[in-house]
Amino acid sequence: MTRFSAWSVFRNGLSGQSGWTRQWRDPEPKKQYDIVIVGGGLHGLATAYYLAKNHGQKNIAVVEKGWLGGGNAGRNTTIVRSNYFLPGNREFYEHSLKLWEELSHDLNYNVMFSQRSHIALLHSPAAIDGAARRYNTMRLTGTPDAEIWDLEKLKQEVPHLNYGPDARFPIRGAAVQKRAGTARHDAVAWGYARAADSLGVDILQNCEVTATTRSGDEITSITTSRGEIKAKKVGFAVAGNTSRLWQMAGFNTLPIESHKLQAFVSEPLKPLLDQVVVFGVGGAHFYISQSDKGGMVFGGDIDWYKSYAQRGNLPIVQDVAECAISILPCLGRVRLLRHWSGVMDMSMDGSPFICKTPLRNLYLNAGWNYGGFKASPASGWYFADLIANDRPHETIEHFNLERFAQGVILDERGAGPDPKLHG
Amino acid sequence: MIRINCPFCGERDHSEFSYGGDGSIVYPALDAPVEEWVEAVFQRENIRGVQTESWQHVSGCRQWILVERDTMTHEIHSVRAAHEGVAKVLEAGK
Repeated sequence: MTRFSAWSVFRNGLSGQSGWTRQWRDPEPKKQYDIVIVGGGLHGLATAYYLAKNHGQKNIAVVEKGWLGGGNAGRNTTIVRSNYFLPGNREFYEHSLKLWEELSHDLNYNVMFSQRSHIALLHSPAAIDGAARRYNTMRLTGTPDAEIWDLEKLKQEVPHLNYGPDARFPIRGAAVQKRAGTARHDAVAWGYARAADSLGVDILQNCEVTATTRSGDEITSITTSRGEIKAKKVGFAVAGNTSRLWQMAGFNTLPIESHKLQAFVSEPLKPLLDQVVVFGVGGAHFYISQSDKGGMVFGGDIDWYKSYAQRGNLPIVQDVAECAISILPCLGRVRLLRHWSGVMDMSMDGSPFICKTPLRNLYLNAGWNYGGFKASPASGWYFADLIANDRPHETIEHFNLERFAQGVILDERGAGPDPKLHG
Repeated sequence: MIRINCPFCGERDHSEFSYGGDGSIVYPALDAPVEEWVEAVFQRENIRGVQTESWQHVSGCRQWILVERDTMTHEIHSVRAAHEGVAKVLEAGK
């Protein structure tokens, strides 16, 4: 594998870009691995990378039913932030943000992480008070970049919003995390794949798991579309289809429902919006940023009913368009370029699972709701730690399956046990 | 847009309805062991394929209905009133 550097870019510029080689191998599956990660999304690839890098594991495979970047890795709005309130969540997401800050150097791959600020609009004195409580808590617990902006400051920084007094929800201020931002989602998948591959991880694409073989309280092998693969340890990281895989492993139910979330990108525009802006009041839920190519990237609520279909419905398109026009009326004549939909693991309290399972050598990474993209570095980091050491690190010990029975749910939104409400 | 044939109002867009959730869940008795309640409130089979689910016609008759729907294709196989007594009356009137 060619290591990227200023020199390699320069040299290939002089030789007609002919010196680049493929970024990761396309190996045949071996008969047996020490660790098999099911799911070649960001979480699975990051897990394999950190297993190899942090824990010195040599014999790892990632099996992916499609191609890298074809699932939710490429079906998100690329927002990275750590503005969480509850203990258990905030340390985890702050660690993830710190990993993001070094990720391009760590992977030797430009993931285009842009810390452009995450600006959540506030529309009432009560909302400002609520945000102040949340963001003060962040400042006191290790996230120093949380700020509350008044209207004057907000108008200076983000001039194009609808500040009209006749707006249905007039803007009064904003809660801001300045180190938050966006990254290039495909590059994250490719960067992790390339870095994991260079440490010896076999990435097996077009390799769908169809069954598992159990012996007593352990999984001995998985059956895939590319043959039988034996494994000493197995990790599931297949958001969207976790329940199906769980049932292939011989279990029945999980505190998860699969829902689909749509996202949109417009035609490219000249630079318009320098930050990530979030609008959420009443029934509205909307977030928008501008990609480096100029497209406005935005999304809203889930489609509101359970679904495994990777295609969105039209009422949400209308809903999102209405939100867009209400805060950025200047987008009124912008044309939509593409829109897509991903299947989310919506969990019963809106928080994820990185945990052991009733099987001795099976580990679960699931339930990321809307928030899986930003979580992927820390998710991989701690899932690798769990698999390597066979015990949850204290940072993720809340992310278990038992918390519902124990009454210690992590419901950041306070929405109750209904997956569709944890947006 | 999914079209749901409400047994009271006729066929309407799904945007008139509110999604409830898994309609096959039977809640245990109030004095049942807590494990049964945990199972009913939090645990889901999360079927890919045909499942029975509850919807409420919030912008219509406001009745709760049970819909058999494919969660992959969104095809609807049957719709009936969620209340057994009402469903029987409707069935008898056909």
